[in-house]
Amino acid sequence: MVDVRAGAGGFHPEDFEEEEVPHPRSWWTKYVFSQDAKVVALQYAGTAVFVGLIALVLSWLMRLQLAFPGAFAFIDADHYYQFITMHGMMMVVYVLTAIFLGGFGNYLIPLMIGARDMAFPFINMLSYWTYLLAVLVLLSGFFLPGGPTGAGWTLYPPQALLAGTPGSSYGIVVMFVSLVIFIAGFTMGGLNYVVTVLQLRAPGMTMMRLPMTVWGIFIATIMALLAFPGLLVASLMMLCDRLLGASFFMPAIVQDGAPLANAGGSPILYQHLFWFFGHPEVYIVALPAFGIVADLLSTHARKNLFGYRLMVWATIAIGVLSFMVWGHHMFISGMNPIFGFFFATSTLLIAIPTAIKVYNWIFTLWRGDIRLNPPMLYSLGFIVTFVVGGLTGLFLGNVVVDVPLNSTLFVVAHFHMVMGVAPILVIFGAISHWFPLMSGRMLHDGLAKLHFWITFLGTYFIFFTMHYLGVLGVPRRYYDLGQTAFIPPSVAALNIAITVAALIVGAAQFVLIYNFIRSWRHGEAAKPNPWGATTLEWQTPEMPPPHDNWGKQAPTVYRWAYDYSVPGADRDFIPQNQPEQGARA
Amino acid sequence: MSTDLTAGPQEEKKQGLQLMADDWSADKRVFRGVTWGKAMMWVFILGDAFIFACFILGYLAVRETTTEAWPNTAEVFTLHVGGKPIPLLLIIVMTFLLDSSSGTMALAINAAHRRERKKCAALLLATVLLGLTFVALQATEWTNLIREGLRPWHNDWGAPQFGSSFFLLTGFHGVHVTVGLLFMANIARKVARGDFDTGRRGFFTGRRGRYESVEIMGLYWHFVDLVWVFIFALFYLW
Repeated sequence: MVDVRAGAGGFHPEDFEEEEVPHPRSWWTKYVFSQDAKVVALQYAGTAVFVGLIALVLSWLMRLQLAFPGAFAFIDADHYYQFITMHGMMMVVYVLTAIFLGGFGNYLIPLMIGARDMAFPFINMLSYWTYLLAVLVLLSGFFLPGGPTGAGWTLYPPQALLAGTPGSSYGIVVMFVSLVIFIAGFTMGGLNYVVTVLQLRAPGMTMMRLPMTVWGIFIATIMALLAFPGLLVASLMMLCDRLLGASFFMPAIVQDGAPLANAGGSPILYQHLFWFFGHPEVYIVALPAFGIVADLLSTHARKNLFGYRLMVWATIAIGVLSFMVWGHHMFISGMNPIFGFFFATSTLLIAIPTAIKVYNWIFTLWRGDIRLNPPMLYSLGFIVTFVVGGLTGLFLGNVVVDVPLNSTLFVVAHFHMVMGVAPILVIFGAISHWFPLMSGRMLHDGLAKLHFWITFLGTYFIFFTMHYLGVLGVPRRYYDLGQTAFIPPSVAALNIAITVAALIVGAAQFVLIYNFIRSWRHGEAAKPNPWGATTLEWQTPEMPPPHDNWGKQAPTVYRWAYDYSVPGADRDFIPQNQPEQGARA
Repeated sequence: MSTDLTAGPQEEKKQGLQLMADDWSADKRVFRGVTWGKAMMWVFILGDAFIFACFILGYLAVRETTTEAWPNTAEVFTLHVGGKPIPLLLIIVMTFLLDSSSGTMALAINAAHRRERKKCAALLLATVLLGLTFVALQATEWTNLIREGLRPWHNDWGAPQFGSSFFLLTGFHGVHVTVGLLFMANIARKVARGDFDTGRRGFFTGRRGRYESVEIMGLYWHFVDLVWVFIFALFYLW
């Protein structure tokens, strides 16, 4: 006789042993097909850095053309557009998204919330290998006849599909297929990050005790899961248009005097779908950076984070608002002006939670015991860069200001400041902060500072001056400015200066790579918890943490993540897993 | 004022938003009675719902922008039975089958709750068969329409976007059904073999098998059925 009532109530977590960690049995399952989130994280980050270096070289080639038009025979107009397109798409999707969510998300979420691993390690591993496949498909575009697509990173139809656009035969197909694969792979990882944060926290770890890093990655992942559908659908419809001759996005077009077979499609629909993904994507990159920088500032200023609760709610507010602003990318698309007014208003509203964050970072520094080590330097560099990028965003969010500045270098400068340089500075800061945890050794301090100063000053020069070029009216995406009457000759001189700076900044990245490799093998051995941080990832029994993170006993959490310089405590920090009794001397 | 703020009667009064706030401010789990797998399926369904929403909104937008008239779906999807035209007959049968499979799925979940191995396996098998019939009928529908000249770029009845929307919407949904069937057949096999009674470990994941998989499968299956209702209403009926 089955006890119907006992069973019929459904399945409850208490009925199962969920926290199983599949231990690797061979070299292959330990280092290659590993289900350990920390190994997956390093695989994700390593692949993303590799793609990033390719994108960096592409940016060099573009800058060489802009500074010395026509001096390099192999950079013709087609190649230039292919470099632009691949640089943009690689950096935004395959580098920044992958490194923040796949890299730092995987490494830090389980450790920071006191879990042993992600909820579903196998799916997590699959996520990386799918991402790698997406990268390989993307890179295959370089070796196909016609090369990769040169439609600009937004890949707008109809131009992206028309003959005459470089890579319109194979490159564009490969690009969209790669995006579809990337989205599938990311979804597997993203589901893991969300469920892990929601359901796998340590005893005592409430949502309002999570470090801001976890909050940033958590909200960004939810946003990604809801925003990528727009890109997925746009990609599939574009593939239908390109491969099946459908006309989702293709209007009636006359090319070379002959009408094409397409008719009745809506190019604007593509823009809506693309930017429904594209704008949240900005914050998918920015929110993890916001979170990480909050933790770095608090740790290295030895002071609690100012306004933690407000920071959390600002993060959520940015996440919600960013789904209502995509139209500000389409002010000149012929959209109804009433929509323009709506999107301008919602765009400017985002400035409020963002400003709350900036003020809170600065108040965190106020009268803190600031240690100017590399993580702090990168974080300060981030604030300075981000404020410039954020303020120019206010210019572009207004319709009347956006219309003349649209498609000039002002836009390029703005988004490189706000979602290029700023998050990348945070990545560097995060690498220097968590390097001891990953490797058990310290990064070389002098080399890291050298890298910081060259990168920070160089990128600041590049993109700050680029705003000026934009105000002069220098258009973006132009292969050659030619003899345009309104562009003064001084623009050419400034373009050369920017290119020289870009070459130097790019070369400086190899200082970081050298530092990383050298320190991984020969760096000074790190003490446990070298920065005196409160968060759980530094309280592991070993450093680097073992596969199940915590050995025999998983931690219990007694406090928030920011107990720095607590009056009366015997040290200037109290780890999250330290009970009340031991806190005071 | 000396109000007793400790638990007790006040605990019972808590409802709605207060309970939700309690859940979200608790440690360990936000959704207390929910296993990891189930939580994951819910989050996946949320994202997938956005995908289908984008598809359907895209189809509606393109239907508005196209320059030609939209075909009359009642005529296009007509079957002739004994010389008599019956509009939407095949679609109605398909919808009936898919919705019935939701019913057998629900019964299978109930059997899983009660750990009734054979009944659960049989009901899952019935669900698989109903789903397979749906896919088979969909293949028939595609074949018929392709024979009648429906292409992603052209058809004889009106706007070419009708064909491309049809293939993309029903195709993407059909892929969901097919993938679901593959997983469900595997789960049915595991139930029948008793994997979930013995806690046999999975081949890839190394996790212990458990009857909960049936319920998680059911979440996905009900979602796919629900999406079909929207496609039915917004594409076939309109």
